[in-house]
Amino acid sequence: MTSTVERSRRRKNRGPQDLRSEEELVAERRKGRVGLYLIIPGMAVLALFFAAPVMVLLGMSLYARPPGAEIGEFVPALEFGNYATVVGAYWEVFLRSFLFALIATVAALLIGYPMAYLVAVRLRGRQLMQGILLVLLIAPFFSSFILRTQAWKQILSDEGPVVTVLRAIAILPADGHLTATAFAVVCGLTYNFLPFMMLPIYANLDRLDTNLLEASGDLYASPLTTFFKVTLPLSMPGVFAGTLLTFIPAAGDYVNAALLGNNRDTAMIGQIIDSRFFKVVDYPGASALSFILMVLILALVMIYIKRFGTKELF
Amino acid sequence: MSNQNQRELPRDPAVRALIQQAQRMQLSRRRLLAGAGGLGLAAFLAACGTGGTGGNAGNSTAAAVADMSESDKNVFWANWTLYLDYDDEAKNYPTLDEFAKRTGIKTHYAEDIDGNDSYYGKVQAQLAAGQDIGQDIITLTDWMAGRVIRQGFTQELDHANIPNIKNLLTGLQDVDFDPGRKNSLTWQSGYAGIAYNKAKYPKGLRTVSDLWNPDLKGRITVLDEMRDTMGLLMLDNGVDISSGWGDTEFAAATDVLSKQIANGQIRQVKGNSYKEDFISGDAIAGIVWSGDITQMNFENDDQWEFVLPDAGGTLWSDNLMVAVASPRKSNAEKLMDYYYEPEVAAQVAAYVNFISPVQGAKEAMEKIDPELMNNPLIFPSESDLAKAHVFRSLSAEEETNFNSQFQTSIGA
Repeated sequence: MTSTVERSRRRKNRGPQDLRSEEELVAERRKGRVGLYLIIPGMAVLALFFAAPVMVLLGMSLYARPPGAEIGEFVPALEFGNYATVVGAYWEVFLRSFLFALIATVAALLIGYPMAYLVAVRLRGRQLMQGILLVLLIAPFFSSFILRTQAWKQILSDEGPVVTVLRAIAILPADGHLTATAFAVVCGLTYNFLPFMMLPIYANLDRLDTNLLEASGDLYASPLTTFFKVTLPLSMPGVFAGTLLTFIPAAGDYVNAALLGNNRDTAMIGQIIDSRFFKVVDYPGASALSFILMVLILALVMIYIKRFGTKELF
Repeated sequence: MSNQNQRELPRDPAVRALIQQAQRMQLSRRRLLAGAGGLGLAAFLAACGTGGTGGNAGNSTAAAVADMSESDKNVFWANWTLYLDYDDEAKNYPTLDEFAKRTGIKTHYAEDIDGNDSYYGKVQAQLAAGQDIGQDIITLTDWMAGRVIRQGFTQELDHANIPNIKNLLTGLQDVDFDPGRKNSLTWQSGYAGIAYNKAKYPKGLRTVSDLWNPDLKGRITVLDEMRDTMGLLMLDNGVDISSGWGDTEFAAATDVLSKQIANGQIRQVKGNSYKEDFISGDAIAGIVWSGDITQMNFENDDQWEFVLPDAGGTLWSDNLMVAVASPRKSNAEKLMDYYYEPEVAAQVAAYVNFISPVQGAKEAMEKIDPELMNNPLIFPSESDLAKAHVFRSLSAEEETNFNSQFQTSIGA
């Protein structure tokens, strides 16, 4: 809400001749075409790079394979059975993908929030330290996604340090291993998407007014109470953006599952789409899976926004 | 083709394709989009759009491409990684330099192919539209070679330009996917068999069933190449994989595979990256490719032993083919001819360690590295070859079904 003073000041800036009311002006602005023209480039980009591919995807997902067809040969049709087939075959994989993505998102939040808090709030004013820490946190992500994941394979390998220690202290059985397990896949997801969690939270906490924390202390709130009653609620837009930016790519990821998973109980939907598209050359099936994935993610995100959403994202 | 086509066209395959299309006055909107090539969206649109026309489009346009080898002294070759003699110090491919010196043709060699399926997925749309993919020679494994030849994605070779074809090993002269070698020529061959770490598993392995020994639980990897893994499993079940088997035999083998994955015996099913698991020690034994083991042993103190199982292993070859719409076919043929000279073939074999398809390469090897003459993985004995079997050709229907079943049983 703008104050009356402010409003009258704004009106003054418009010049003396302009005596129309605020409401009239708003109405005029609504009628104006300028806004419409301004969104044309954005809409064009969306149409070309989002709507068109989605329509192609949707169309392809309904293609049929004529009997005796050559590999990769499909004809336009309305084969809704494609959807039934892939859902029947892969519903468990969808569930698993969302479960893994959810666990990875929660883990990334638990790790990323304290890191963001440390840099943004505790080290406020010490710009050198902040800079160094931020660079250290981001630097690993300058290298390739695949290479980073490969590195985790080495770290978690049977002869590697982690497994050796865990076996020695009997947390892992003597023949136990970490690579090729669901645990490794979730670790990989968490690690690879951590910056997407941390940076929005950091950006948000960086603007946190520390006077509020002091005030909370003056009112006899313990540091813990201050955190839960002041800091956390104020940083919710950052948390909200971070969770979305982590969950969405994690749900569709296939590199982590392919490199760190096994062939029994870690397959994620991205892997299935890849194998249907390239190995089996089932373009309609792969398209149907992609389309379902998109719709499901969209639905989950909508529910999430409705339930927890804040108006201000960043 | 008209004189217009003789004019020099831009090198960029996408632009070139567009111009050629326009010249042919066949410029439908969809083809224009596909001609934009590199753009993923366009390629995808084309992939969908041309799906219905199958391979015929390729055949009709193939004839329309003029060979400009005379004026265009280049040849573009897409191959797999670590598949040509490379000089680490000079940072060049010695045999390619020699070829350039002799013929004046410059070879643009690209390690573009890291899987038959993924490469097919990448270039299929353009090939189906009869466009130049920017590569004159493509190198694909038997079954994929069979697929692209059947779909009309390759050009017929002029054997008159390849006199050295007489050096092709007898066993490879007539293959069922390309009778008379009209469209393809073998690059290298190899086995899929089993291998184990000698220090960690001194008992050794003789058969595929030995991989299921309880003391190897969770330390086995098998290949994600359907024909190799399923071929070995079926051979172990006593099936002759080169002919006469069907759904029942295949299903029996997928049962074995699913069971060993479900009980944790098989740790992972992988492509080329299985090598890293062998080196890191995560895998102690598994189904592997022969040449890899030779190369890994060379770099890691001879740790592994390759075995062709008693019941037999699979024999595969990669094949050189000229892509449809390649405007440099005779350059490509000259290159193929060059690599069929025994001396050149021996030079390649000494580096890549796979089976050379060239008669006389063994004798020529004496001058390069006499020890390799006795390496059975490069120059196999008759008894080894008798144990190596070729996976039979599959119809399009079978291929789709078997691929689907195999992918399902490996959880993907």
